[in-house]
Amino acid sequence: MKAFLMHAASDFDTEAELPPNAEALIADLELDTLLTTMASGDRFLFEIATRALLMSLSDPDTIAYRQQILTDCLAHPDVVRELYGLAGEALKAQRSVWGSLLRDAPRTILSTSVAKMELYVGSLRRLREMTDEHAGKFSSPGLVRFFAMLSEELDEDYFGVVEEHLKALKFQGGMLISAQLAAGNKGKRYRLRRAREQGLLGRMFDRSGYSFTIPERDHNGYKALGELEDRGVNLVANALTQAVDHVHSFFTMLQCEIGFYVACLNLRARLDEQGEPTALPVPVAAGAPVLCARGLYDVCLALTTGDRVVGNDVDADGKLLVMVTGANQGGKSTFLRSVGLAQLMTQCGMFVGAESLRANVCAGVFTHYKREEDATMESGKLDEELARMSDIADHVTTNSMLLCNESFAATNEREGSQIARQVVTALLERGIKVLFVTHMFDLADGFHQRKLDGALFLRAERGTDGARPFKLSEAPPLPTSYGEDSYRKIFGASVETARAN
Amino acid sequence: MITDRHANATSFDSILFVEGALGTEAVDEPEFFGDLNLDQIVTAVTAGREEYGLASIFYRPLHDVEAVHYRHHALRDLEREPVLEAVLGFAEGMRQMRKHLGLQGKLYHVLQQQRWFLEALVTYCRTVAVFAGRLADVDVRSRGFVGLREYLTAYVASEAFTSLVAETQGVVDALGSVSYSVHMKGNRVRVSRYDGEPDMSEQVDRIFAKFKQSPVTDYRVNLPDWANMNNVEGRILDLVAKLHPDTFAALEQCCARNQGYLDQTVGRFDREVQFYLAYLEYIAPLKADGLAFSYPRVSSRSKDVRVTETFDLALATKLSGAKAPVVTNDFHLTERERVLVVSGPNNGGKTTFARAFGQVHYLASLGVPVAGEEARLFLADRIFTHFEREEEIETLRGKFEDELFRIHEILEHATGDSVLIMNESFGSTTLRDALVVGTEVMRRIIDLDGLCVFVTFVDELSRLGPTTVSMMSTVVPDDPAVRTYKVMRKRADGLAYAAAIAEKYGLTYEALRERIAR
Repeated sequence: MKAFLMHAASDFDTEAELPPNAEALIADLELDTLLTTMASGDRFLFEIATRALLMSLSDPDTIAYRQQILTDCLAHPDVVRELYGLAGEALKAQRSVWGSLLRDAPRTILSTSVAKMELYVGSLRRLREMTDEHAGKFSSPGLVRFFAMLSEELDEDYFGVVEEHLKALKFQGGMLISAQLAAGNKGKRYRLRRAREQGLLGRMFDRSGYSFTIPERDHNGYKALGELEDRGVNLVANALTQAVDHVHSFFTMLQCEIGFYVACLNLRARLDEQGEPTALPVPVAAGAPVLCARGLYDVCLALTTGDRVVGNDVDADGKLLVMVTGANQGGKSTFLRSVGLAQLMTQCGMFVGAESLRANVCAGVFTHYKREEDATMESGKLDEELARMSDIADHVTTNSMLLCNESFAATNEREGSQIARQVVTALLERGIKVLFVTHMFDLADGFHQRKLDGALFLRAERGTDGARPFKLSEAPPLPTSYGEDSYRKIFGASVETARAN
Repeated sequence: MITDRHANATSFDSILFVEGALGTEAVDEPEFFGDLNLDQIVTAVTAGREEYGLASIFYRPLHDVEAVHYRHHALRDLEREPVLEAVLGFAEGMRQMRKHLGLQGKLYHVLQQQRWFLEALVTYCRTVAVFAGRLADVDVRSRGFVGLREYLTAYVASEAFTSLVAETQGVVDALGSVSYSVHMKGNRVRVSRYDGEPDMSEQVDRIFAKFKQSPVTDYRVNLPDWANMNNVEGRILDLVAKLHPDTFAALEQCCARNQGYLDQTVGRFDREVQFYLAYLEYIAPLKADGLAFSYPRVSSRSKDVRVTETFDLALATKLSGAKAPVVTNDFHLTERERVLVVSGPNNGGKTTFARAFGQVHYLASLGVPVAGEEARLFLADRIFTHFEREEEIETLRGKFEDELFRIHEILEHATGDSVLIMNESFGSTTLRDALVVGTEVMRRIIDLDGLCVFVTFVDELSRLGPTTVSMMSTVVPDDPAVRTYKVMRKRADGLAYAAAIAEKYGLTYEALRERIAR
């Protein structure tokens, strides 16, 4: 029995190591902001959402599978939240049973597991009741299968058999074990046996064996008897405890998989409140580059400001390189982040922050952002940047996406653009989609001069009144940046003054 | 514990010695073991094999070429995978057998003692039979192994052995078919024959199968499995025996009849072959690292020696453990050459080279493969070493005199067939003393006509006659701070290194003049 709410035929992997670029993604795309909203104070949801977001799906069918479940969940949020609660409570109730399995004797392990399993049987009965009540409301293949499985597997007969066995494991009629002779004539292959029904008289007059009695005060004798019982129940204690684990895993996985959708509900509720649009994206199989969006905005910026933020329209189908230039504070970074976020959100089956979006799935999303503080004494800033790019090169594959934000700006423009040019050219040739935000005219213009079919040049424009529209338009790079503006605005002094200084 | 020798047994006696096996009496470690790191090598080689008492074999060099060849041939057989596997299997079986006998001695319940003795018998029979069978199937060529094979073939076919096999197997089968059940309620324990009652853990597995996930944790408690029994187990065993009287009577008789089962020659082979196994096992990882070993051509007459790509085994073991590369060296002495005078920068591998020279000579006299791609070595009568002592001696003069005293002792006992390793003798005295005394000592060594490695900082000692050869530790030409650990035949020139390091820092004559001129 498996929930299978994240994949049609496998569990959500909660153990797999996060991809090597995870840390950079979290930092560069400010994922904490997004995840905090998704968690809404539930640390468990934070973990799940983190995993879901970073362990990207690469298969459009699985993305669609989740999108359908998500649609169901958005229609019946209360049932979904109740399921999540039920799983959590089932797991929490277990903590009332005392026992530390690893150090205990098999007899103790067994009685602990009997108690735990009795509690789980109660939770399973509640799950069955919920199924009977709500199953009809759902239409996504994932949830339909889930509820059908519950009604088939968890019937009254089954609960009866389970309870009868749990009772037998309390040994009110004594314990029967079998054994064979092993090395040194010691017993081995101890097995707990189900004694045949035999009346009291039958047992009394049974002459097929020999008996002895441990004297009342023989403590060693009792201890030895206990050890023998331990050997007898060792296997069954193992079997039942594993069964407890399995049921535990079932609830854990249920809590985790349904938790992802609860986290999505949390985010959606918040964006709805702010009046921000969301859309289920259209994932396209990897191959030709596809990126087409209307009103694509930076969800994290929206969550941080609490206001509606400006979205961009992007038409980058067939474009492997998107080079973004233009004014500082002109929305370049925000745009870059909105693309990265939308890509990750798409590839975990979520909605995205846009009116509509179509994108090809990527083998991986990588970020290479200028870092302010990372440079250590030993390695200079450029070294550090090159080392990070080298790390990326170790992991990046065809059909990946790389977001570069002012990469190689740690050195002079000539050197920086020369390095970047070589890096980017190689990546493009390897079929990696590159979105590059840069103020290096030499770099951007160099690519523009090449007149590549697969390249798109966007520019952050300055409004006529000097205010930033935070909107990008398709335009070739300009030889000057707008740093002077920013300088004047912030310092209130002209560049000439600065130069004089 | 000793059976009769069999009528058709061959003359096979020992896998280590052409005639007459080695006794087990203690032999002292030779004096030079520490200096040559042979103590470390022997400790490492014999590690985990303490039960065999192998060290004394390493303390007994062979002085006879035929004896060395006897071992080379046996080792070559052992280096063939099928032979090695057969022998390893045999050794493991014998080890098991001893473990069983050990338990028999430790336990009190008589039914347990009998069962462990039976186990030892079974293990012995199986081990020897399997070994004889495998040896018969493999290609062995050495006198030692051919002799052993003939011996074993006759032994396993003997009436004594075959009836032992049949008897023990019968008892084992009978005991194996015993199964019983124990019912415990309160303080009452009832022992019966097992009657097919169903297994509850299988039932539990089945019921909860639908929740099955992978992977699973193993909650089986590792219950301490002492060899001995507690009182309750003992009483249960007594009742099990009472339920199966014939089986247990057969066990008792089998034990009583077969007390002296172990064949002496088999037992001796078991110990002696460990010498080979231990050494082969020790060098295997080094070979895997690409280091070469070879069976040296040995001579007790010719002092024409030549070894290529050799190294200090003890050091190589350490380096290989640390995944560090091992530097190899070549040396040879031809015609009248007898003495290698080694000089050059410190920490450049001179001592290591000297040790390697001593090691290959000693290991050659043990009849084992030595470090090197190719080796031709002299079978020395004795090996002498003079290494600087660690002990504190207060005055330099005291130290110098102590050194001289030890060197004198060596020269008193050494012959023209000895190998001498002199490492930094007079290292802490003045150049003049070292030159004068060193020259004297060197002349005596030359007169002795033995083989010698003489590590010294005194260049002149390498030019004392046609029998001395100069070798130097070397550095990377472009970066004199880096040692190559290569020791090469080269005219001793203490200034070359100083010049190179000066150049690196721009302090050669020309460079310094250029800089000052500005």
